[in-house]
Amino acid sequence: MNRVLRWALLGAFAVFFLFPLYAMADFSTRNLISGGRTLAAWKNLVQNEMLYDAIIISLLLAVFTVALMLLVLVPTMIWVRLRAPWGRRLVEFLCLLPLTIPALVIVVGLRNVYLWVVYFFGESALTLTFVYVVLVLPYAYRSIDAALSSIDLKTLAEAARSLGAGWTTTILRVIVPNIWSGILSASFISIAVVLGEYTIASLSGYQNLQVVIVAIGKSDGPTSVAASLATLVFGFALLLILSLVTRGRSHDAAIAAPAPVTARKRQG
Amino acid sequence: MAGSSAGRRLREALPLLPFGLFVGIFLIIPTVTVIVSAFYLDGVFSLQRIGLLFSGTALSALGKSVLLSASTALIGAVLGAVLSWLVVSSSPTSTLRRVVLSLCSVLAQFGGVALAFAFLATIGLNGVLTVWVFERFGFNLAGDGWLYSLRGLILVYTYFQIPLMVIVFTPALEGLRAEWREAAVSLGASRWQYWREVGFPLLTPAFLGSALLLFANAFAAYATAAALVSQGSPIVPLLIRTALTSEVVLGQSGFAYALALEMVVVVALVMVAYNMLVRRTARWLQ
Repeated sequence: MNRVLRWALLGAFAVFFLFPLYAMADFSTRNLISGGRTLAAWKNLVQNEMLYDAIIISLLLAVFTVALMLLVLVPTMIWVRLRAPWGRRLVEFLCLLPLTIPALVIVVGLRNVYLWVVYFFGESALTLTFVYVVLVLPYAYRSIDAALSSIDLKTLAEAARSLGAGWTTTILRVIVPNIWSGILSASFISIAVVLGEYTIASLSGYQNLQVVIVAIGKSDGPTSVAASLATLVFGFALLLILSLVTRGRSHDAAIAAPAPVTARKRQG
Repeated sequence: MAGSSAGRRLREALPLLPFGLFVGIFLIIPTVTVIVSAFYLDGVFSLQRIGLLFSGTALSALGKSVLLSASTALIGAVLGAVLSWLVVSSSPTSTLRRVVLSLCSVLAQFGGVALAFAFLATIGLNGVLTVWVFERFGFNLAGDGWLYSLRGLILVYTYFQIPLMVIVFTPALEGLRAEWREAAVSLGASRWQYWREVGFPLLTPAFLGSALLLFANAFAAYATAAALVSQGSPIVPLLIRTALTSEVVLGQSGFAYALALEMVVVVALVMVAYNMLVRRTARWLQ
């Protein structure tokens, strides 16, 4: 009896979570006019110019965000562990702050800042990179922090320095190779967050992938559903690879379970 | 002496400057802008914008947001706790456990636009389930467009709330040691007595804390609702959208600042309570 109830419950959860995904695949390949199946919606991912451009923009944003995030975060986190321990709490607090301040609030207060950004960098959706780095800070921080905690940073750095390496060499050629798993997971999670981001782009009037998906959805449902599913599958693949890579090492539990509140999501 | 120590401090602090500047410009300034602009109108202190929060529209949006967040937090917390119990009671090395936990860590991130389209494809007007049920039973699931109303949002939000609950609650369930149950049983407690006297009381702070996190998560969520509800603004995040995009028309310049402040205050209060409960749970989870 207990066993039956157990599997019945698990089955119900599975249906609730997996059916919408199946429905997306079904819906995006249905031929609404003549019945049967068609791949027209999926072909639109490359044939629809607006959608294709948006995909490129979002991929570029993901690459730039990861690059800038690593550039800003990694040296800072190494430095506060080695030379400025008094700043460690503060850096942690600042990095986790975006979990408490919703993206929606940031975008409301961002107008004046972006007047300057546009003045210096020109009017381009790629300027979203700056605010996206802030958005991914909590997730990136946790991944890199877990990796840094698992190595003997002080000894490594002192060994490198006493052998005559400068700070750049120490960080790039000694420390970074040792925290590779953390850097990888920080990058993967950031890519997933950026590809799914809608709030900030739509409210600042830039066209990234998600904004275009919503715009197209008003007239062409199947194409939007196909694009959504494609983003999802890509994100799933990234995060599943990540949780498979990091599982088995117990101290990395924090990485396998991406930090709550989103995006975000999440949320975002 | 003091000079050299100050110099050392400065040399220590200098490499932190890029990070500090970056976070300052793109996180702190926007947040401070929101708080200050909610209280200052053309450089003069004024409660006019805050006053707008007590208008009928804003109060109704706040009420619906609280209702949406509370109900999805409750449903998500209860169902998520059930799912984590199913997972934890299976053997630690089982495939089921690994698959469910990995899936949950992915699905908890699955908010946003894609989720809205997933449900449109399922129970929207031409959704797969809608069509199937209509052909079989002649019943229109999509009905009066309830998916685009508050009831629809509750269903859709539940989809990311349950996995989030599993992620944050499973560690607490795993923290319940088998020895405690064995001790209770050897002292003559029944299974039910063990749960009532030991299990539930121990889990209560973790459960409430997780539920609060879910509340904040739903309260701040924007993308899913925005993609699903294209017109009207039943909840606070959507009212912020309306205020931002049609500021001039409404003649309510800066209303968005006040609404954003309201959101920060609600989320911050909830997160403070969450942190207090987490600290309490951490005491016995070590």
